[in-house]
Amino acid sequence: MTDMASLMEDRAAAKVISDNLHKPVDWDSPKIARNIKKRYAAERRFKFYGLAAIGVALLALFVLAGSIGSKGYTAFFQTYVQLEITFDQDAIDPDRTGDPAVIGKANFDGLIKQALRERFPQVTGRQEKRDLYSIVSGGASYDLRERVMENPGLIGQTRKVWLISGDDFDMLNKGYISADVEEGNRRLNDEEIAWYDALKSDGAVEKQFHTRFFTNGDSREPELAGIWGAAVGSLYTLMVTLALSFPIGVLAAVYLEEFAPKNRFTQIVEVNINNLAAVPSIVFGLLGLEVYLNVMHLPRSAPVVGGLTLALMTLPTIIIASRAAIKAVPPSIRQAALGLGASPVQTVTHHVLPLAMPGILTGTIIGMAQALGETAPLLMIGMVAFIVDIPGGALDPATVLPVQIYLWADSPERAFVEKTSAAIMVLLAFLVLMNGLAVYLRKKFERKW
Amino acid sequence: MAAVSQSAMTAEPSVASPKMTARDLNLSYGDNQALFDVNLDIVERQVTALIGPSGCGKSTFLRCMNRMNDTIDGVTIKGEVTLDGRDIYDKRIDVVQLRARIGMVFQKPNPFPKTIYDNVAYGPRIHGLVNSRDELDQIVMTSLERAGLLKEVKDRLQSPATGLSGGQQQRLCIARAVAVSPEVILMDEPCSALDPIATAKVEELIDELRSNYTIVIVTHSMQQAARVSQRTAFFHLGKLVEVGETDQIFTNPKDERTKGYITGRFG
Repeated sequence: MTDMASLMEDRAAAKVISDNLHKPVDWDSPKIARNIKKRYAAERRFKFYGLAAIGVALLALFVLAGSIGSKGYTAFFQTYVQLEITFDQDAIDPDRTGDPAVIGKANFDGLIKQALRERFPQVTGRQEKRDLYSIVSGGASYDLRERVMENPGLIGQTRKVWLISGDDFDMLNKGYISADVEEGNRRLNDEEIAWYDALKSDGAVEKQFHTRFFTNGDSREPELAGIWGAAVGSLYTLMVTLALSFPIGVLAAVYLEEFAPKNRFTQIVEVNINNLAAVPSIVFGLLGLEVYLNVMHLPRSAPVVGGLTLALMTLPTIIIASRAAIKAVPPSIRQAALGLGASPVQTVTHHVLPLAMPGILTGTIIGMAQALGETAPLLMIGMVAFIVDIPGGALDPATVLPVQIYLWADSPERAFVEKTSAAIMVLLAFLVLMNGLAVYLRKKFERKW
Repeated sequence: MAAVSQSAMTAEPSVASPKMTARDLNLSYGDNQALFDVNLDIVERQVTALIGPSGCGKSTFLRCMNRMNDTIDGVTIKGEVTLDGRDIYDKRIDVVQLRARIGMVFQKPNPFPKTIYDNVAYGPRIHGLVNSRDELDQIVMTSLERAGLLKEVKDRLQSPATGLSGGQQQRLCIARAVAVSPEVILMDEPCSALDPIATAKVEELIDELRSNYTIVIVTHSMQQAARVSQRTAFFHLGKLVEVGETDQIFTNPKDERTKGYITGRFG
């Protein structure tokens, strides 16, 4: 009966201790008052620190958004020049065939040049003429061609047409090139500025919403360069990343959390997954270069390779977030299911995963947002190439939004400065959209009871 | 301490044709042994109460009876537990089916975060016990009726189960266990999270369920054991000290430790 005797002894000992502890406290003593004052001060201090931290964060956000927005918003508008174009029958379709193939091959560039010469007949020199032609973008002739193809009735008429301007002219119109600077130090000479003033006073210069920026691929001409190619490239890349990393990540998390025996092997796996999350992304890029391009000979610069590389990078994020979400499901739910005779797989698929889904989705979207903003590994696998075409699939060469930003930031033309900021805005808009989606999905899948 | 082993011997728990038996059951969590040579018979269509101080192994023993301890890492079990004469730790036994035959109700009410209907229907659904929606409706209704809950919830079967009160949730868990027609129902302190009124209802329910099911209940309350059970087993420090008719255990315990516990001298 020793255990019972010892129990009784423990009880007696506990009583002695509690009797000693019970001394009356003087709650009105100065020492207690000081203590209360100190506690209040500490609370006020803590509140102030918290507010200050939020203030700094908000300030940083406003400065960032403000500087990007103020620099970039002009890129959403483009200068157009109005010229009187003569759709000369002899120049477009001399044999009057009406055949679209013939019309399509006509020299529309020549029509624009002629219109410019007619507008400024005093220009005669070779160099002067070249400067004159640069008022209108090289892309304007395609617009003109399309217009005529759509409406062949234009042939033989003279119309006032708004044409997209060249980048220097656009910069001048937006005020980025100042006439006050000495002639030799600016992109446009005095004569060109005079032409601008003449056109401006005619009301033949205006800014229009720049839809091309959202529909075009990259270009060497800033006024023709658009973000759509990079956006589509990002989309394909993320689709590949998601298709790989989500199922693999969730399955790995479920196995490690619900089925794996807790032994040395799984511990090593766990530690290495955490290490993987800390590996610099450029290392994944080198791995992708070696494995996917050099060994597996997948196409260079393709979203599929980018996606595979980013999937490696996103996996640990998804696994860690999913494990945390699965761990947070109360064990009582598992016991209830097992106690009813649900198999372990049924327990996981019917109860644990649905309850963990909000957390898993949040982690996945955070991982995806990371992948969307990633540049370094994609440089290694050739997604930094200059690609004009909009990619038609995951195997076509493409670039992605952050790499496009990097490319534009690197370009010498003044007009690419605003494009860079605008591209950053587009990227941020995508990120905000994805985070919004994360919040929406979390709310949707959360059990509201 | 010869007297101890003597009394343990006299407590040898043999009854004619038991529903479940445990023979020389030893269980350890790693190096920590929790059960020592437990021998216990569970009589069919009776309530068997397992009592004893905290940490005495009564819940552990209960969880051995439907192999819930299998899910814990590092558990080693030696000995034999039988259901209708068959060893449930036999390799050929399917654990999933076993747990359907031996239902369980837990300490804290743990309804699934689904509707009341889906909670009760879950078991029959996964075991494929029904062929039609009507049949399932029938099972859900009878189970809720048996758990004495039907009157309170029949107008809101499609509302969330977590909106019920604690006592109702626990009765829902009982209905959920009953829905798969188990032969044995294990209850692990089913009333410890409930107020006295809800407790009274659950106890009443246990008494009614006795006519159809074999029930094993772990409880901290000796009054509860006395009220609901026909047989009582007293555990102490991982050993089964004494087992017998509830009346006998509470009025005339053979072992000093049992006497000490039920008279409130320790525990």
